[in-house]
Amino acid sequence: MGIKETALAGTLESSDIQITLSEGTGINIDLDSSVEALYGDQIKKVITDTLNKYGITDAKVKAVDKGALDCVVKARTMAVAQRALGTTDEPNWEVL
Amino acid sequence: MEERLRRTMMFVPGNNSGMVKDAGIYGADSIMFDLEDSVSMDQKDAARILVYEALQTQDYGNAELVVRVNGIDTPFFRSDVFAMVKAGIEVIRLPKVESAQMMKDLVSTIEEAEKKFGIKVGTTHVMAAIESARGVMKCLEIAESSDRMIGLALSAEDYTTDMKTHRYPDGAELEFARNMILHAARAAGIAAFDTVFTNMNDVEGFERETKHIHQLGFDGKSLVNPRQIDWVNKVFEPTKKEIENALDVEAAIEEAKSKGSGVISMNGQMVDRPVVLRAQRVMRLAKASHLINEEGEYIEE
Repeated sequence: MGIKETALAGTLESSDIQITLSEGTGINIDLDSSVEALYGDQIKKVITDTLNKYGITDAKVKAVDKGALDCVVKARTMAVAQRALGTTDEPNWEVL
Repeated sequence: MEERLRRTMMFVPGNNSGMVKDAGIYGADSIMFDLEDSVSMDQKDAARILVYEALQTQDYGNAELVVRVNGIDTPFFRSDVFAMVKAGIEVIRLPKVESAQMMKDLVSTIEEAEKKFGIKVGTTHVMAAIESARGVMKCLEIAESSDRMIGLALSAEDYTTDMKTHRYPDGAELEFARNMILHAARAAGIAAFDTVFTNMNDVEGFERETKHIHQLGFDGKSLVNPRQIDWVNKVFEPTKKEIENALDVEAAIEEAKSKGSGVISMNGQMVDRPVVLRAQRVMRLAKASHLINEEGEYIEE
């Protein structure tokens, strides 16, 4: 499943990650992180797994990481997924 | 209500991932994640999810975990409550409370969420922020509105605006509200939290205000900056004399128990319930301030 609209969540502050979702084919992640060599695969895995839980299998992802923990990566991906799907007002309790 | 120390309730902006992550390291008795005023309208969803995920994964030690949800009349209220109940939050703080009915409405939403997520009904506690003249006048009915209530908190910025005044260094404009809230809380057997002090440069003013609310009998104070935690704890620290007296009371209780006597006496005088309760509170404070060791002995300087 693709997304309905381009969306963004998160900030560029320390310990955060800013994620942008736009239309694409398959999940393609462009990650910018100072810890990419060490944690790049893990960050991408959290993003992909979380998007899959929302049924999103087609999207272009731009992620700018500022040292976010896994739980923050997950939270921001959830927020951007809900925004891109237009379901912010009624969160998906099964995914949460 | 479970007796516990609530000297410091630290506000943590709910959409700030750095602060949400680190909230546990400062030693606040209670941590209050804020989904309301510190979060802009277009970030309410993101803050809710961030706090939810942090509660699932981060270790906040022994701190009591509280969340301030958006007001009952906002479109965010219901999702806030559902997400926080599912995350297993201990206490939900409702802002701008003006009637017992508002707390009852909160509790019924919580109960709905508890049932939906298979959580035992009654697990999630609540507290009310009093921010208006009406709230102050109704604070006893608010304090007694539910078995889930753990406390009342004064929120002075909104309150002083409602009263057509503003905050002054001597706090005279808050005296009536403070006493009303404190009496309502004590009558209902719940905690009373004083308002925040936002001028970080006025350390002396902060100390003066904290000493004042400590004297009145407040359990503690809401804080906006972790630096204030130590300052509050210092004011709430019992004196050597108070600790020694509390240790004597404890010894007298033990002695009475070992003799099988229902009457506790110390230095030839009967020790009654208020004295015992005060001694227990002093001991809790002394332990939290590391003024007594594991064996319950006073640690000399």
